[in-house]
Amino acid sequence: MLNDFLILMKSEWVITLTIFLLLFIKIGKGMKNESLLSLVQILLLLNTVTAFFYNKEGSLFDGMFYTSELIAFQKGILSLGVYLISLVCADWLKKSQHLPEFFILMLSALLGMFLMISSGNLLLFYLSLELATIPVAAMCNFDINKKVSSEAAMKMILSSAFSSGILLFGISLVYGTTGTIQFDAITQLLDGSNLQILAFVFLFTAFAFKLSIVPFHFWTADVYEGSPIATTSFLSVISKGSVAFIFITTLYKVFQPMQGVWYNMLVILAVITMLLGNLFALRQQNIKRFLAFSSIAQVGFILVGISSNRPDGLTAVVFFVLVYIFSNLAAFGVASAITEKTGQENIDDYKGLYKTNPFLCWIMALALFSLAGIPPTAGFFGKLFLITAGAARAAYWFIGIAALNMIISLYYYLRVVRAMFMDKNENPIEKIKFSRSVSFGLIICAAGIVFVGLFSWIYQYIQSLIL
Amino acid sequence: MSINMNLLLLLLLPLLTAVAILLAGKTAQVKWIALAGSAVQLVLAFVLLFVYNQQRAGGDTEPMLFQQFYNWFPAWRIGFHIGVDGISVAMLLLTAFVVIAGVLMSWNVQKMTKEFYFLLILLSLGAYGFFISLDLFVLFFFLEIAVIPKYLLIGIWGSGKKEYSANKLALLLMGGSALVLVGMLGLYFSAGQGRSFDLIQLSNINIPVSAQLIVFPLLFVGFGVFTALFPFHTWVPDGHSSAPTAGSMFLAGISMKLGGYGCLRVATYLLPEGAKQYADIIIVFSAIAILYGAFATMMQQDLKYINAYSSVSHCGFVLLGIGMLTKTAITGAVIQMVSHGVMTALFFAVIGIIYERTHTRQVKEMGGLMKVMPFTTTVLFIVGLCSLGLPGLSGFVAEMTIFMGSWENADMFHRVATVVACMSIVVTAVYILRAIGNVAMGPIKNEAFLQIKDAAWNEKLAAIILVAGILAIGIAPAWLNDLIRPAAEIIMQKVGSK
Repeated sequence: MLNDFLILMKSEWVITLTIFLLLFIKIGKGMKNESLLSLVQILLLLNTVTAFFYNKEGSLFDGMFYTSELIAFQKGILSLGVYLISLVCADWLKKSQHLPEFFILMLSALLGMFLMISSGNLLLFYLSLELATIPVAAMCNFDINKKVSSEAAMKMILSSAFSSGILLFGISLVYGTTGTIQFDAITQLLDGSNLQILAFVFLFTAFAFKLSIVPFHFWTADVYEGSPIATTSFLSVISKGSVAFIFITTLYKVFQPMQGVWYNMLVILAVITMLLGNLFALRQQNIKRFLAFSSIAQVGFILVGISSNRPDGLTAVVFFVLVYIFSNLAAFGVASAITEKTGQENIDDYKGLYKTNPFLCWIMALALFSLAGIPPTAGFFGKLFLITAGAARAAYWFIGIAALNMIISLYYYLRVVRAMFMDKNENPIEKIKFSRSVSFGLIICAAGIVFVGLFSWIYQYIQSLIL
Repeated sequence: MSINMNLLLLLLLPLLTAVAILLAGKTAQVKWIALAGSAVQLVLAFVLLFVYNQQRAGGDTEPMLFQQFYNWFPAWRIGFHIGVDGISVAMLLLTAFVVIAGVLMSWNVQKMTKEFYFLLILLSLGAYGFFISLDLFVLFFFLEIAVIPKYLLIGIWGSGKKEYSANKLALLLMGGSALVLVGMLGLYFSAGQGRSFDLIQLSNINIPVSAQLIVFPLLFVGFGVFTALFPFHTWVPDGHSSAPTAGSMFLAGISMKLGGYGCLRVATYLLPEGAKQYADIIIVFSAIAILYGAFATMMQQDLKYINAYSSVSHCGFVLLGIGMLTKTAITGAVIQMVSHGVMTALFFAVIGIIYERTHTRQVKEMGGLMKVMPFTTTVLFIVGLCSLGLPGLSGFVAEMTIFMGSWENADMFHRVATVVACMSIVVTAVYILRAIGNVAMGPIKNEAFLQIKDAAWNEKLAAIILVAGILAIGIAPAWLNDLIRPAAEIIMQKVGSK
């Protein structure tokens, strides 16, 4: 029993211990930022590595906490993402006056996400969702001298409170109609009554808020723009990824009997999310806003994959999130390095960057091609599998729209490439120096972008976890 | 006795070349590495031709030779399946010719030389992979690999309104591949229980006619965008004219052929019923492209635009040949692809040589270049005459074969279309002779031209290699015909059997 308790929850334990360690360091004498950062990086790496080993299926607390090899793998992906953030944003983190607090908040949010994707009933789900959200709002405020940062935090907390309210209402309706909050018990008691459909719509809305699915995306761009890049990348990658994981479990397992309802919702939302995300991204000048809208469009693609309602769809989504972590963190990493040294965030500022910073430009180009889904990058495989999974059920027009969106998105990703490589600029941003951990993190991301797709065993491994 | 040939070498070599280029230290090294890599690749292509012919002579009637299969994504039944037939061998040979000529023509690129050669080799890798793949997914993978190098080559090293052209090209080609993607998935899912991305397996399955009617236009138009199918040809003039010399050579010589090959290998071969149904529409549009391209060329003053619009016209012949659906016409279409590839690459090379010295591409500003650069203008004559279809050069062989194949269809519609297409030859003669005459003959219009030196060794070598290609097809077409015809027969058997 105790063994189970330790092993099944090992990722959670590692995170909790790290949080406490940081707390003690903060209360005690404190450390220099640089050594503290290295320590945290090592702990995060440890956490990532342990997440991939000794995993087994099992549940704790009467089914409240459930884990399997797939869920452990998902936790591993998220840990990897956090580790990469600590690398690529190292230069910004080093300067922060409150480094331990930042990591305490980020790890608390991560802990919340771990519990969320492991949750077996609505209560733990709600609690962990809150745990995953509220620290992030505080993280948004970490550019303490900037007004926009506070504004972002305010928007984040208000919109999450609003979506939590909706979620709670949905949960209460589910409980009212089925009399239980256990996931597996709910499934058997679903009869498709109108009240249950209403309850489902509320739950769905809460997910849509977190995933910033159109038309629940309004908070996204402002929050992304105002927050420091470390937070933005955490929000756009880790937070999105974890919610996508629990979302797909909820749909495929808990609400499987209502698939007729959610299939149509998904298809319609996927179409408008892709289209609007892409169309708004076309006109953005600020690189963070630009990536915000691009991430909205990417979520649209994830929905295409989810709509397949088959194990293929689940595999494709998990694989895509893995790919997305590498691609998006590479893009954010480059943006972070540039913003950190020069304070410039506009795409126009990137003009002529290739002359002075070829390394950053290639990484950025690779990341953007991966986001656009161009081979041989992993993004190509990720998107293609999502579309193929979605196509298994849907009509041609649906795949057609997805393909059309790939063209639109290529246009705006190429805009950045064009600014960096082609546009002439008399005074481009000067040569940027960044620390070793940043370049290490960017190289890991680049390697991930190039190899995760080509080496098909990664995809097969994910699939073997599901079947 | 069977000799085997490892087709993976064709991919490995460009890959190694590309990596070596990245690792190389000096600019001079980069050039030589690229040249060595493409020279070995050319030798390899000839070895492949030889081994392939040996194998066929030995009585091997398997449609695809030297097949290799590796599981890639078994969950989706995607395998890394490669193999060649006569058509692929011809296209690989063409690619190797154009690549080495392109590398030679870029000898003087000063700006970011390393990146330039890296992208050039990457582009060739996409083409080699495309022509040997026997799996739709792999085919699509290689088709798209080539898009970004094209974009960057035009956008960074191009001239004129290069950013606009690069964007236009990337987006239109991406649109083409999006159609291919949708068509490919449609094909995959309409294959029922035997669903697969494998070309050989799909060719053994009878796809329902209703599905063929939907999927065929998607695939054909999708690939058609790459090969300047009217009205999606608009990227061709802008893209070619803005690209650097080697870029234009690759675009017109190799990249446009990807589309023709795809139309034939994927759309027509796998969806014969669809091909029959839509053949007339294809013929109408390709006839329009042939005539429209020819007349549009008449109006051009810029040498690159002249060749780009004439490419639209010439590639129209490829699609016309496919639309005629006879063995001879399809053989002709493939010969036209090879011939046009070599010819147009040579044309762009010559334009590049002239432009580098005169700094103009306007026909009206030139004149009398024969006096100062005899070698270059001689090559210009050869390529011009090839373009207008002079017997003894490759253009004649290709167009003649297509017309003969077209004439095999005895009805009024096909006859009219053939005659209309034939008329373009007259127009071609007008614009080619006028352009060449203005450039090469007459008095020298600009005194600065008197200082011009003739082509350098690398340019001469590139031109000689390509002229050799034109003559090899033009004087002795039988080897190419014998190489392609059996493969065309296999495709036509599939179309005719139902």
